[in-house]
Amino acid sequence: MRISIKGKVLKTAFIDTLPIFAAYLILGMGFGVLMSDAGYPPYFVFLMSAFIFAGSMQFVAVSLLAAKVMPVTALLMTFLVNARHIFYGLSLLERYQGTGRIKPYLIFGLTDETYSLVCSQPTAANDNRATYYFMVTLLNHLYWIAGGVIGSILGSVLPFNSKGIEFSMTALFTVIFLEQWKQTKDHAPALIGIAATVASRIVFGLEHFLIVAMAIIAVGLLLLLHLRKEEEHLA
Amino acid sequence: MPDTHDLILFAVIAAGTAATRFLPFLLFPAGRRKPRWLLRLSNVLPAAAIAMLVVYCLKDVYFSLPQGFLPELISLAVVFLLHLWKRQSLLSIGGGTICYMILLQQVF
Repeated sequence: MRISIKGKVLKTAFIDTLPIFAAYLILGMGFGVLMSDAGYPPYFVFLMSAFIFAGSMQFVAVSLLAAKVMPVTALLMTFLVNARHIFYGLSLLERYQGTGRIKPYLIFGLTDETYSLVCSQPTAANDNRATYYFMVTLLNHLYWIAGGVIGSILGSVLPFNSKGIEFSMTALFTVIFLEQWKQTKDHAPALIGIAATVASRIVFGLEHFLIVAMAIIAVGLLLLLHLRKEEEHLA
Repeated sequence: MPDTHDLILFAVIAAGTAATRFLPFLLFPAGRRKPRWLLRLSNVLPAAAIAMLVVYCLKDVYFSLPQGFLPELISLAVVFLLHLWKRQSLLSIGGGTICYMILLQQVF
Protein backbone atom coordinates (compact mmCIF):
# COMPACT_ATOMS: atom_id res chain seq x y z
CA MET A 1 0.00 0.00 0.00
CA ARG A 2 2.74 2.41 1.02
CA ILE A 3 4.70 1.56 -2.09
CA SER A 4 1.77 2.15 -4.40
CA ILE A 5 1.11 5.57 -2.87
CA LYS A 6 4.79 6.46 -3.27
CA GLY A 7 4.63 5.21 -6.84
CA LYS A 8 1.66 7.44 -7.50
CA VAL A 9 3.44 10.47 -6.03
CA LEU A 10 6.51 9.64 -8.10
CA LYS A 11 4.38 9.50 -11.24
CA THR A 12 2.81 12.88 -10.48
CA ALA A 13 6.23 14.34 -9.74
CA PHE A 14 7.63 12.91 -12.97
CA ILE A 15 4.81 14.35 -15.08
CA ASP A 16 5.11 17.73 -13.35
CA THR A 17 8.87 17.79 -13.92
CA LEU A 18 8.76 16.80 -17.63
CA PRO A 19 9.35 20.36 -18.87
CA ILE A 20 12.23 20.60 -16.39
CA PHE A 21 13.57 17.25 -17.60
CA ALA A 22 13.85 18.60 -21.15
CA ALA A 23 15.42 21.87 -20.14
CA TYR A 24 17.80 20.55 -17.46
CA LEU A 25 19.09 17.82 -19.72
CA ILE A 26 19.83 20.27 -22.54
CA LEU A 27 21.10 23.10 -20.33
CA GLY A 28 23.09 20.61 -18.24
CA MET A 29 24.67 19.28 -21.43
CA GLY A 30 25.52 22.83 -22.41
CA PHE A 31 27.35 23.19 -19.11
CA GLY A 32 29.11 19.83 -19.61
CA VAL A 33 30.29 20.83 -23.09
CA LEU A 34 31.62 24.17 -21.82
CA MET A 35 33.51 22.41 -19.03
CA SER A 36 34.99 19.80 -21.33
CA ASP A 37 36.08 22.53 -23.77
CA ALA A 38 37.79 24.19 -20.80
CA GLY A 39 39.69 20.95 -20.21
CA TYR A 40 37.85 19.54 -17.20
CA PRO A 41 37.07 15.80 -16.86
CA PRO A 42 33.53 14.39 -16.45
CA TYR A 43 34.03 13.63 -12.75
CA PHE A 44 34.59 17.33 -12.02
CA VAL A 45 31.43 18.19 -13.96
CA PHE A 46 29.63 15.55 -11.89
CA LEU A 47 30.93 17.08 -8.64
CA MET A 48 29.86 20.58 -9.66
CA SER A 49 26.39 19.60 -10.86
CA ALA A 50 25.82 17.37 -7.81
CA PHE A 51 27.08 19.75 -5.12
CA ILE A 52 26.50 23.24 -6.50
CA PHE A 53 23.25 22.40 -8.33
CA ALA A 54 22.54 25.94 -9.47
CA GLY A 55 22.33 26.40 -13.22
CA SER A 56 23.15 30.05 -13.75
CA MET A 57 25.85 29.96 -11.06
CA GLN A 58 27.58 27.00 -12.71
CA PHE A 59 27.76 28.83 -16.03
CA VAL A 60 29.28 31.79 -14.20
CA ALA A 61 31.64 29.35 -12.45
CA VAL A 62 33.12 28.24 -15.79
CA SER A 63 34.44 31.75 -16.36
CA LEU A 64 35.49 32.16 -12.73
CA LEU A 65 37.56 28.96 -13.02
CA ALA A 66 39.09 30.08 -16.30
CA ALA A 67 40.03 33.46 -14.83
CA LYS A 68 41.47 31.81 -11.69
CA VAL A 69 39.82 34.47 -9.54
CA MET A 70 40.44 34.79 -5.82
CA PRO A 71 38.14 32.65 -3.64
CA VAL A 72 36.64 35.75 -2.02
CA THR A 73 35.69 37.09 -5.47
CA ALA A 74 34.02 33.78 -6.29
CA LEU A 75 32.13 33.90 -3.00
CA LEU A 76 30.82 37.44 -3.57
CA MET A 77 29.79 36.51 -7.12
CA THR A 78 27.97 33.46 -5.74
CA PHE A 79 26.00 35.59 -3.26
CA LEU A 80 25.11 38.06 -6.00
CA VAL A 81 23.93 35.46 -8.53
CA ASN A 82 22.08 33.34 -5.95
CA ALA A 83 20.55 36.05 -3.76
CA ARG A 84 17.11 35.23 -5.16
CA HIS A 85 17.21 31.92 -3.26
CA ILE A 86 16.56 33.94 -0.10
CA PHE A 87 13.11 34.82 -1.49
CA TYR A 88 12.34 31.17 -2.08
CA GLY A 89 13.36 30.15 1.41
CA LEU A 90 11.33 32.94 2.99
CA SER A 91 8.18 31.88 1.15
CA LEU A 92 8.67 28.16 1.90
CA LEU A 93 9.38 28.41 5.66
CA GLU A 94 5.88 27.11 6.40
CA ARG A 95 5.62 24.55 3.60
CA TYR A 96 8.92 22.91 4.44
CA GLN A 97 8.07 22.81 8.13
CA GLY A 98 7.55 19.26 9.36
CA THR A 99 9.12 17.60 6.34
CA GLY A 100 11.43 15.71 8.70
CA ARG A 101 14.88 14.45 7.96
CA ILE A 102 14.67 15.20 4.21
CA LYS A 103 14.35 18.92 4.98
CA PRO A 104 18.09 19.73 4.60
CA TYR A 105 18.07 18.05 1.18
CA LEU A 106 14.94 19.96 0.12
CA ILE A 107 16.63 23.22 1.08
CA PHE A 108 19.91 22.25 -0.58
CA GLY A 109 18.10 21.43 -3.85
CA LEU A 110 15.89 24.51 -3.99
CA THR A 111 16.39 25.64 -7.59
CA ASP A 112 14.16 28.15 -9.42
CA GLU A 113 12.30 25.29 -11.09
CA THR A 114 11.82 23.19 -7.95
CA TYR A 115 10.62 26.30 -6.15
CA SER A 116 8.10 27.09 -8.88
CA LEU A 117 6.56 23.59 -8.64
CA VAL A 118 6.58 23.49 -4.84
CA CYS A 119 4.94 26.89 -4.43
CA SER A 120 2.27 26.07 -7.03
CA GLN A 121 1.04 23.18 -4.87
CA PRO A 122 -1.91 23.76 -2.52
CA THR A 123 -0.75 24.71 0.96
CA ALA A 124 -3.05 22.25 2.76
CA ALA A 125 -0.99 19.76 4.70
CA ASN A 126 -1.20 16.14 3.70
CA ASP A 127 0.98 13.11 4.20
CA ASN A 128 2.20 12.93 0.62
CA ARG A 129 3.29 16.55 0.55
CA ALA A 130 6.82 15.92 1.82
CA THR A 131 7.21 12.90 -0.47
CA TYR A 132 6.16 14.98 -3.46
CA TYR A 133 8.61 17.78 -2.60
CA PHE A 134 11.35 15.18 -2.20
CA MET A 135 10.61 13.44 -5.51
CA VAL A 136 10.52 16.73 -7.43
CA THR A 137 13.82 17.84 -5.89
CA LEU A 138 15.50 14.48 -6.48
CA LEU A 139 14.27 14.09 -10.08
CA ASN A 140 15.42 17.60 -10.96
CA HIS A 141 18.78 16.92 -9.32
CA LEU A 142 19.22 13.72 -11.34
CA TYR A 143 18.21 15.38 -14.65
CA TRP A 144 20.73 18.14 -14.02
CA ILE A 145 23.61 15.78 -13.13
CA ALA A 146 22.80 13.48 -16.08
CA GLY A 147 22.78 16.41 -18.51
CA GLY A 148 26.14 17.68 -17.28
CA VAL A 149 27.89 14.31 -17.39
CA ILE A 150 26.43 13.37 -20.80
CA GLY A 151 27.48 16.74 -22.19
CA SER A 152 31.02 16.46 -20.88
CA ILE A 153 31.44 12.94 -22.29
CA LEU A 154 29.73 13.28 -25.65
CA GLY A 155 30.50 16.90 -26.41
CA SER A 156 28.04 18.90 -28.44
CA VAL A 157 26.67 16.03 -30.51
CA LEU A 158 22.89 16.05 -30.35
CA PRO A 159 20.58 13.98 -32.54
CA PHE A 160 18.37 17.03 -33.12
CA ASN A 161 18.59 20.78 -33.20
CA SER A 162 17.75 21.85 -29.65
CA LYS A 163 18.10 25.58 -30.21
CA GLY A 164 15.40 27.40 -28.26
CA ILE A 165 14.45 24.51 -25.95
CA GLU A 166 15.37 26.69 -22.97
CA PHE A 167 12.04 28.44 -23.56
CA SER A 168 10.41 25.56 -21.67
CA MET A 169 11.58 27.29 -18.48
CA THR A 170 9.93 30.56 -19.50
CA ALA A 171 6.78 28.64 -20.42
CA LEU A 172 6.80 26.72 -17.14
CA PHE A 173 7.09 29.89 -15.07
CA THR A 174 4.41 31.56 -17.22
CA VAL A 175 1.96 28.68 -16.67
CA ILE A 176 2.59 28.78 -12.92
CA PHE A 177 2.11 32.54 -13.04
CA LEU A 178 -1.27 32.06 -14.78
CA GLU A 179 -2.33 29.38 -12.30
CA GLN A 180 -1.44 31.59 -9.35
CA TRP A 181 -3.29 34.47 -11.00
CA LYS A 182 -6.46 32.38 -11.28
CA GLN A 183 -6.23 31.14 -7.70
CA THR A 184 -6.43 34.56 -6.12
CA LYS A 185 -8.26 37.86 -6.43
CA ASP A 186 -5.27 39.66 -4.96
CA HIS A 187 -3.15 40.54 -8.00
CA ALA A 188 -1.14 43.34 -6.41
CA PRO A 189 1.89 41.13 -5.48
CA ALA A 190 2.17 39.67 -9.00
CA LEU A 191 1.88 43.14 -10.54
CA ILE A 192 4.51 44.51 -8.16
CA GLY A 193 6.79 41.61 -9.20
CA ILE A 194 6.38 42.35 -12.90
CA ALA A 195 6.64 46.13 -12.62
CA ALA A 196 9.68 46.06 -10.34
CA THR A 197 11.61 43.60 -12.50
CA VAL A 198 10.77 45.24 -15.83
CA ALA A 199 11.60 48.70 -14.49
CA SER A 200 14.94 47.69 -13.01
CA ARG A 201 15.87 45.72 -16.15
CA ILE A 202 15.28 48.88 -18.21
CA VAL A 203 17.01 51.23 -15.79
CA PHE A 204 19.88 49.13 -14.46
CA GLY A 205 20.75 46.87 -17.41
CA LEU A 206 21.56 43.17 -17.55
CA GLU A 207 24.26 42.98 -14.90
CA HIS A 208 22.62 44.04 -11.66
CA PHE A 209 18.90 44.39 -12.30
CA LEU A 210 17.84 41.28 -10.40
CA ILE A 211 19.29 42.45 -7.09
CA VAL A 212 17.64 45.84 -7.49
CA ALA A 213 14.36 44.20 -8.50
CA MET A 214 14.43 42.03 -5.39
CA ALA A 215 15.00 45.03 -3.16
CA ILE A 216 12.10 46.90 -4.77
CA ILE A 217 9.84 43.85 -4.47
CA ALA A 218 10.68 43.36 -0.80
CA VAL A 219 10.07 47.01 0.04
CA GLY A 220 6.99 47.16 -2.19
CA LEU A 221 5.36 44.10 -0.62
CA LEU A 222 6.08 45.23 2.94
CA LEU A 223 4.64 48.64 2.10
CA LEU A 224 1.55 46.99 0.60
CA LEU A 225 1.03 44.87 3.70
CA HIS A 226 1.52 47.91 5.93
CA LEU A 227 -1.04 49.96 4.00
CA ARG A 228 -3.58 47.13 4.18
CA LYS A 229 -3.05 46.79 7.90
CA GLU A 230 -3.81 50.47 8.33
CA GLU A 231 -6.97 50.06 6.26
CA GLU A 232 -8.04 47.18 8.50
CA HIS A 233 -7.56 49.40 11.54
CA LEU A 234 -9.61 52.18 9.97
CA ALA A 235 -12.42 49.89 8.88
CA MET B 1 42.40 18.29 -14.85
CA PRO B 2 41.20 20.41 -11.93
CA ASP B 3 44.09 21.81 -9.87
CA THR B 4 44.00 22.84 -6.21
CA HIS B 5 42.75 26.34 -7.03
CA ASP B 6 39.88 24.86 -9.07
CA LEU B 7 38.91 22.65 -6.16
CA ILE B 8 38.99 25.59 -3.74
CA LEU B 9 36.78 27.67 -6.05
CA PHE B 10 34.41 24.71 -6.42
CA ALA B 11 34.14 24.34 -2.63
CA VAL B 12 33.60 28.09 -2.15
CA ILE B 13 30.87 28.26 -4.81
CA ALA B 14 29.11 25.15 -3.49
CA ALA B 15 29.22 26.47 0.08
CA GLY B 16 28.12 29.96 -0.99
CA THR B 17 25.18 28.58 -2.97
CA ALA B 18 24.07 26.38 -0.07
CA ALA B 19 24.41 29.38 2.26
CA THR B 20 21.94 31.45 0.19
CA ARG B 21 19.48 28.55 0.29
CA PHE B 22 19.80 27.79 4.01
CA LEU B 23 19.95 31.39 5.25
CA PRO B 24 16.17 32.00 5.63
CA PHE B 25 15.70 28.67 7.40
CA LEU B 26 18.58 29.42 9.77
CA LEU B 27 17.31 32.95 10.49
CA PHE B 28 13.79 31.69 11.21
CA PRO B 29 14.10 28.16 12.64
CA ALA B 30 11.04 25.90 12.63
CA GLY B 31 10.57 25.73 16.38
CA ARG B 32 10.44 29.44 17.09
CA ARG B 33 7.41 31.68 16.47
CA LYS B 34 7.79 33.78 13.37
CA PRO B 35 6.96 37.48 13.35
CA ARG B 36 3.55 38.37 11.87
CA TRP B 37 5.01 40.51 9.10
CA LEU B 38 7.09 37.54 7.93
CA LEU B 39 4.08 35.25 7.70
CA ARG B 40 2.13 37.89 5.79
CA LEU B 41 5.12 38.47 3.53
CA SER B 42 5.50 34.75 2.79
CA ASN B 43 1.86 34.72 1.61
CA VAL B 44 2.42 37.35 -1.07
CA LEU B 45 6.05 36.60 -1.94
CA PRO B 46 5.49 33.57 -4.24
CA ALA B 47 3.30 35.55 -6.67
CA ALA B 48 5.89 38.32 -6.87
CA ALA B 49 8.82 35.87 -7.11
CA ILE B 50 7.26 33.88 -9.99
CA ALA B 51 6.45 37.13 -11.79
CA MET B 52 10.09 38.13 -11.31
CA LEU B 53 11.23 34.78 -12.77
CA VAL B 54 9.05 35.20 -15.87
CA VAL B 55 10.55 38.63 -16.53
CA TYR B 56 14.03 37.32 -15.70
CA CYS B 57 13.67 34.66 -18.43
CA LEU B 58 12.85 37.44 -20.90
CA LYS B 59 15.78 39.62 -19.86
CA ASP B 60 17.58 39.23 -23.21
CA VAL B 61 14.80 40.52 -25.48
CA TYR B 62 15.47 43.74 -27.38
CA PHE B 63 13.17 45.85 -29.50
CA SER B 64 15.47 47.28 -32.16
CA LEU B 65 14.91 44.30 -34.47
CA PRO B 66 11.81 42.08 -34.94
CA GLN B 67 13.83 38.91 -34.16
CA GLY B 68 14.79 40.46 -30.84
CA PHE B 69 11.32 40.11 -29.35
CA LEU B 70 8.82 38.52 -31.78
CA PRO B 71 9.74 34.86 -31.08
CA GLU B 72 9.27 35.44 -27.35
CA LEU B 73 6.10 37.49 -27.78
CA ILE B 74 4.42 35.01 -30.14
CA SER B 75 5.41 31.96 -28.08
CA LEU B 76 4.21 33.60 -24.86
CA ALA B 77 0.89 34.32 -26.58
CA VAL B 78 0.70 30.63 -27.55
CA VAL B 79 1.33 29.61 -23.92
CA PHE B 80 -1.37 32.05 -22.73
CA LEU B 81 -3.98 30.97 -25.28
CA LEU B 82 -3.33 27.24 -24.89
CA HIS B 83 -3.56 27.59 -21.14
CA LEU B 84 -6.74 29.67 -21.18
CA TRP B 85 -8.25 27.16 -23.61
CA LYS B 86 -7.36 23.75 -22.15
CA ARG B 87 -5.64 24.55 -18.84
CA GLN B 88 -3.30 21.59 -19.34
CA SER B 89 0.12 22.68 -18.08
CA LEU B 90 2.16 20.25 -20.20
CA LEU B 91 0.25 21.17 -23.36
CA SER B 92 0.75 24.90 -22.76
CA ILE B 93 4.46 24.49 -21.96
CA GLY B 94 5.14 22.01 -24.79
CA GLY B 95 3.16 24.00 -27.36
CA GLY B 96 4.87 27.26 -26.45
CA THR B 97 8.33 25.68 -26.49
CA ILE B 98 7.86 23.96 -29.86
CA CYS B 99 6.49 27.22 -31.28
CA TYR B 100 9.57 29.06 -30.00
CA MET B 101 11.97 26.46 -31.41
CA ILE B 102 10.31 26.57 -34.84
CA LEU B 103 10.35 30.38 -34.87
CA LEU B 104 14.02 30.49 -33.86
CA GLN B 105 15.23 27.72 -36.18
CA GLN B 106 13.05 28.19 -39.27
CA VAL B 107 11.57 31.68 -39.32
CA PHE B 108 13.91 34.22 -37.73
